[in-house]
Amino acid sequence: MTQPIIEIRHVSYRYEKENVLEEINLTIHEGDFLGIVGPNGSGKSTLLKLMLGLLKIQKGSIKLFGQELTRFKDWQKIGFVSQKANSFNTGFPATVFEVVSSGLTKKLGLFKFMGKADHEQVMQAIGSVGMQEFAKRNIGELSGGQQQRIFIARALVSDPKLLILDEPTVGVDAKNVQSFYEMLDDLNKRLGITLLLVTHDIGTISDKVTHVACLNKNLHFHGNTAEFESMNISEMSEIYGHDVHVLTHNHEHHHHGGAGR
Amino acid sequence: MIEAILNYEFLQNAFFAGIIIGIIAPLLGVFIVVRRLSLIADALSHVTLAGIAASLLLEKKFIGLNGLNPMYMGMAFSVAGSLFIEKLRGVYKHYQELAIPIILSGGIGLGVIFISLADGFNTDLFSYLFGSVSAVSRIDLWTILIISLLVIALVFLLYKELFLLSFDEEHAKASGIAAKSVHFIFIVMVALVIAASMRIVGILLVSSLMTLPVAASIRMAKGFKQTIFLSMLFGEISVLGGLTISYYIDLAPGGTIVMMAVSILIITILLKKISGLRPA
Repeated sequence: MTQPIIEIRHVSYRYEKENVLEEINLTIHEGDFLGIVGPNGSGKSTLLKLMLGLLKIQKGSIKLFGQELTRFKDWQKIGFVSQKANSFNTGFPATVFEVVSSGLTKKLGLFKFMGKADHEQVMQAIGSVGMQEFAKRNIGELSGGQQQRIFIARALVSDPKLLILDEPTVGVDAKNVQSFYEMLDDLNKRLGITLLLVTHDIGTISDKVTHVACLNKNLHFHGNTAEFESMNISEMSEIYGHDVHVLTHNHEHHHHGGAGR
Repeated sequence: MIEAILNYEFLQNAFFAGIIIGIIAPLLGVFIVVRRLSLIADALSHVTLAGIAASLLLEKKFIGLNGLNPMYMGMAFSVAGSLFIEKLRGVYKHYQELAIPIILSGGIGLGVIFISLADGFNTDLFSYLFGSVSAVSRIDLWTILIISLLVIALVFLLYKELFLLSFDEEHAKASGIAAKSVHFIFIVMVALVIAASMRIVGILLVSSLMTLPVAASIRMAKGFKQTIFLSMLFGEISVLGGLTISYYIDLAPGGTIVMMAVSILIITILLKKISGLRPA
């Protein structure tokens, strides 16, 4: 058995009167590619915030890399690509190289400058998301999907063991979603990075990840993808309520928007 | 003109001050513009005016304060104003741009009251509003030089942090860098540079040197470092060109500098249009 990277035990959370999460138990092992799926308002974001220490745990416990979250200091092991990465100022005059370099800011520390090794590391991170030839381009010239890859590279540059992605395919063209997942698969298999991907879009995800967790206040399912696919529609309906029809539909039908520029 | 600069100290002061401001105003301006805080310079310059008016008022009412350089009081007000803007940005989380007009109005209101208490305009105040080459003293020049060296050193040392803060404030805070302190240092630098530059271009025009060269370079540059470099280049051309033209045909230097910057901006827009028409 590989080492558990995240251990969530008996976690519940409520905002004022409303229960958002109830009795969540979830373990993520090294090398997993876990997709957490659930409809909007299912508590996905809350669970993410709890894991990242952005919200205080009310009930239960979370361990990161074997250490209690409250005592965890090694945040460089965790890379986070937020949904907000899609809404940055697209006119910002910075090259891809400069944006990815900014991921090293904390690691380098105050008053330190990038050395040759750091330059190589930045180019490596850009390479691992397949964007080498764009290194000198301005970030605003890229498509939504390409920009998303750059934000992943920025998270990768500080060499994380775990990469958390919040709705990463929002703003990625439907026709590029496939190659986007292939890139994630490559990070997972070749570089051995544990991936945790949160999405409302069940259609795209089930054949891409190794493990699935279905969330809707409670954790309804957690297991590998083969088990997940053998679930029947009535079990799915239980999780998703009336949303099931839309969510199991071919994703391209409700994935409008494109690059959003 | 070169002969005149060699002969007259006030021209030397003005030219050296201009050369320095042509570099540091756009340097800070790049960070201001990309963070969409362009109007912060306007707000702070009006607060600086209130400080200068207060200083002139004190000078008038209390004879003993004659030696006080109004620039220092202007700086004190400007820094205080920048801190208020930060406080207000925290109060109006969802309307952060509201902080700027609030401080701008407050600054100008206070300034007008001080001016009226001092029995209206005098030529000295006029030179602060529109800039005046002859008003730049040796002491002003030294003050500008010291502030500029400090600003350049800080931007150099905090470049990584300033970049991250400008590109992605959210990420900067989450990544655990001292985002708040860096932002605080930045805004105080802006306040100081504004107060220091007003002698040359005047309070009403000081923000233009922080924004116009940046607006021009942002359209042409590849990457952030090049944006900074081009902004400083355009700023310098504006200041030197503006001062030279104003010297020969006797125009207001502040206005001429700004119109030079506007011309550069128009040229870059036109160049971009033309190169956009022809496929490269």
